[in-house]
Amino acid sequence: MTAELFLEICCYGALGVIALSLLLALYRLLRGPTLPDRIVAVDMLSFLVIAYIAVLVVSTRNAAFLDAASTLAMITFLSTAAFARYIERWGNQSERDHREENAR
Amino acid sequence: MTEVLQILAALLVVAGAFFCFVASVGILRLEDLFMRMHAASKAGTFGAGLPLVAAAIALWDSSAAVRALGTVGFLLITAPIAAHLLCRAAYRCPDVKLSNNTIIDELGRQNVSDPEEDDK
Repeated sequence: MTAELFLEICCYGALGVIALSLLLALYRLLRGPTLPDRIVAVDMLSFLVIAYIAVLVVSTRNAAFLDAASTLAMITFLSTAAFARYIERWGNQSERDHREENAR
Repeated sequence: MTEVLQILAALLVVAGAFFCFVASVGILRLEDLFMRMHAASKAGTFGAGLPLVAAAIALWDSSAAVRALGTVGFLLITAPIAAHLLCRAAYRCPDVKLSNNTIIDELGRQNVSDPEEDDK
């Protein structure tokens, strides 16, 4: 009984701490000077949401949320890889534009 | 037995929340994209992985445990790959500047303070 209470208290504390971390990462997402900064923040946000879901699973004893966590992990990887491709092309593109402007 | 598992799960949850908080402070305070990425990917993986292990322990159910541990394995495999891809793309992006405190830049792209030149 005491262990169960301890687990509940730890879960609620962890939920609060992770929610605070979400706010800090959101601040970096809004402020980030460049596009890669924002993408790192988005990556971080989805990791934090996965952690939040896992703590929620422990707290509510409902295993159905685990599917959401695994799906989010897969989507995060794909989106980060796609964004990295995009930055690579976009960075080269802006460099090329710069060079063309200098040539004129 | 159940109480031991519950206390173990509670400790893992607290450790995961601690890693999440450290990672978010790092992403807020560090001065360079690559330093921030170091904090985000490394501690973010631990912060998400430890609560998932805690979920597997607390539920103590084979189907839930397989899903939770499978997600942990997936995160451990894909997070370094995603960080590497993003890091490589960002290094080639001309907008991203390295911090002034950077000691060494092996690929030698831009203004890194050279300690030998500072001595002269």
